Amino acid sequence: MSQSETYQNPEAPLPVTIIGGYLGAGKTTLINHLLRNADGKKLAILVNEFGELPIDADLIEAQDDKLISLSGGCVCCSFGNDLMAAMTDLQTMEPRPDHIVLEASGVAIPSMIAGSISIMNGYRLDGTLVMVDALNIRNLSKDTYLSDTVARQLTDSDIVILNKADLVEGEELTAVGEWAGQISENAKLLPATNAKVPLNVALQNFDRLLSAQGGHHHLLDGYVTQSIELTDQVDPQDFAESLLVENADLVRAKGFVYDLDGAMKTVQIVGNRIDVSPAPAGVKPGMVIICLTKTGMA
Amino acid sequence: MIKIYSARKILTMKSSQPTANYVAVRDGLILGAGDLDSLTGWGEYELDDQFSDKVIMPGFVEGHAHTMEGTLWRHTYCGYFDRMDPDGKIWPGIKTKEGVLERLKQAEQEITDPDAPLPGWQLDPIYFDNERITRKDLDQISTSRPIGVLHASGHIMNVNSKALELGGLLKTGLNHPGIPLDAEGLPDGELRGPDVMTPVAVHVGFGRDFLDCDERGLRDFAKLCVRAGVTTVTDLAARLQDEAVEMLLRITGEKNFPACVVPLRFFHGLTPKELVEHAEELLSRSTERLRLGRIKIVSDGSIQGFTARLRAPGYYNGAPNGLWYVAPDQLREIYALALDKGLQVHTHTNGDEATQLAIETLEGCLRVTPSPDHRFTLQHCQLADEAQFRKMSKLGMCVNLFANHTFYWGDEHYNLTVGPERAAGMNACATALGNNIPTAIHSDAPITPLAPLFTAWCAVNRITASGRVQGENEKISVDDALRIITLGAAYTLHMDDEIGSIETGKRADFAILEEDPTEVDPAALKDIPVWGTVQGGRVFPASGI
Repeated sequence: MSQSETYQNPEAPLPVTIIGGYLGAGKTTLINHLLRNADGKKLAILVNEFGELPIDADLIEAQDDKLISLSGGCVCCSFGNDLMAAMTDLQTMEPRPDHIVLEASGVAIPSMIAGSISIMNGYRLDGTLVMVDALNIRNLSKDTYLSDTVARQLTDSDIVILNKADLVEGEELTAVGEWAGQISENAKLLPATNAKVPLNVALQNFDRLLSAQGGHHHLLDGYVTQSIELTDQVDPQDFAESLLVENADLVRAKGFVYDLDGAMKTVQIVGNRIDVSPAPAGVKPGMVIICLTKTGMA
Repeated sequence: MIKIYSARKILTMKSSQPTANYVAVRDGLILGAGDLDSLTGWGEYELDDQFSDKVIMPGFVEGHAHTMEGTLWRHTYCGYFDRMDPDGKIWPGIKTKEGVLERLKQAEQEITDPDAPLPGWQLDPIYFDNERITRKDLDQISTSRPIGVLHASGHIMNVNSKALELGGLLKTGLNHPGIPLDAEGLPDGELRGPDVMTPVAVHVGFGRDFLDCDERGLRDFAKLCVRAGVTTVTDLAARLQDEAVEMLLRITGEKNFPACVVPLRFFHGLTPKELVEHAEELLSRSTERLRLGRIKIVSDGSIQGFTARLRAPGYYNGAPNGLWYVAPDQLREIYALALDKGLQVHTHTNGDEATQLAIETLEGCLRVTPSPDHRFTLQHCQLADEAQFRKMSKLGMCVNLFANHTFYWGDEHYNLTVGPERAAGMNACATALGNNIPTAIHSDAPITPLAPLFTAWCAVNRITASGRVQGENEKISVDDALRIITLGAAYTLHMDDEIGSIETGKRADFAILEEDPTEVDPAALKDIPVWGTVQGGRVFPASGI
């Protein structure tokens, strides 16, 4: 590949989800969980190094220094000291991955990684998930050396996963959630046990949902999806904001709306972050939202 | 065959015999130093008078450098200060932005391949009022050839439109703190930080792995060593993949390769366990001129880049605290594993919070794994205060201070980063020595030039680029400075038993000087001409390499 081709790609941008959080929060467990429940999606996992990512042997089809090929078309790459080179390699990989999941190092500031992704052609930031260990995050946040790093990670997140929720008493979990919510005011807080977060919540995965019939559908572990019919012309940004106001437990949303000029727009929501962009040709209006149910919050 | 060299004076660094006039060498080892009578008993010898009017010191030991400087010299030098290239040519420093553009223009005209990039290096706009070089300035030189100029810090680059285009960044709508935009909404050509530099740097002649040295670069770097009197040099952030190790073994093993190279395995892209295993495996591949098996960790960023970790009250200009480049738990894991294996770790700590973390972490690990002679070394350690030095002393730590910083960025630290009081106490050589801490001082070449006599001058005089003395009470004596650029640095590498002084049984590594550094005005220490070196008994005149 010539260098001039390096950062060009004519295809649709590859979505990238950043998974941040300090050591021991469960980032690796989440990634393993996503790989085992990839639902036909070809995930490309980018990790700083392989050593910390034990993948079940039966999933591994081939492995070399830089790449582990997994069943179902998923791969895992270590980027070592060159994230951009690794990302570029994924663009040209056959078959092309559907989604990149980037596991940040324990002290990385997610917005800095997001900044790097934003300048590369051919990628789209899907969202930033920050994993915390619900049991000890508040202690960690008082650590002399780490308090500001923890706060920056939480501030940068679209979704905070309060992992190990089963190890924390109900009231304490609520208190941790309130505490985290004050710092990460733009994020949605989701409790999880053993990092079991549904794929559709962790990553944008709406294709099947958008083509399904309307109504309510229960996802696993306390999430519900809802289809919204919509044919009126709206201001997409205002519309998305109203969705967030009306659905306090909304975690993700995606759909297509006619804007006030009658042009079709894609509206995506991750946490409280709204992204409006021109829609691809041939799509029908309508939205799907994913919300946390009350049982999920317990 | 025994050779006895006569000298005007030999500064041995051996306490029981500080000076001599003769040194006897056999098979690359020193038989002894003293007067002629004390040496002739070793047997038949040849008296060599070529250094009879020179001053011989132990070969200098540079404890913190990067061999990549050898590679950088293939690019156009754009620095503010005069600097000698591997062939001995002195490139005059450029004092204005126009001058930089003029030099790049001349270099451009010498390139015959129309598509070849034009890379420059060592730009430092702080010396001309921070006037930046823009994409449009560089477009005046060429719009068809990619141009990029790397700053002295190594963390910022200025590029032309063609380079931005090739890197996919010549577009509007970018929103990144490292990419300032111009009035047209396009990048103005300055790229701040490795993340934004990398996609463009590959197009302007800085390879992806430009921190790594190649074969020619290593040979060129060794020439710089000879010109600076250096016989042992570290490469402080090497990844040491198999191919690189084989190259290093091959080049350093060449008959006339004039230095001993000590590359440290850099913690990046592998787990603590893998790191320690790799270092241990590398240790067994060491040769006389390639010493492997040491570990390097970078714990924070730089002070002038505001990425160093500072304790309260933080940065003088109110900038937010910097970044951790290693998680505290990983640092602890590496220290614990390395102590267990008897491997040495050097930790980059610029800010005092990073220093504190390293100290506390090591203290905890030493309680579990007592290691009387670990010599874990803090590299840079620029903002350590007296309490930290006292603690380091108790823990048996070593320090390698960035003495050159006082000259190059001292004014910046005084005015902007840490303010007058802390600036005066930065790189506190006197405090370190006063606490009996084994101390070295360094250049961090290519960040500043490889020249231990200049580094010694910095520690002795503490003069900033603007001519102020910064930190009168942290000045050290010439004798102390000479000791720490030889035996001091050797100690931080666990090599003081074989290099760093001129005495029986040590390797015949000498710096050959035209003048006596203990006799010249301390203000002239940096100006002493270096004739060349002797390394492992092999003679390398600077004029002949």
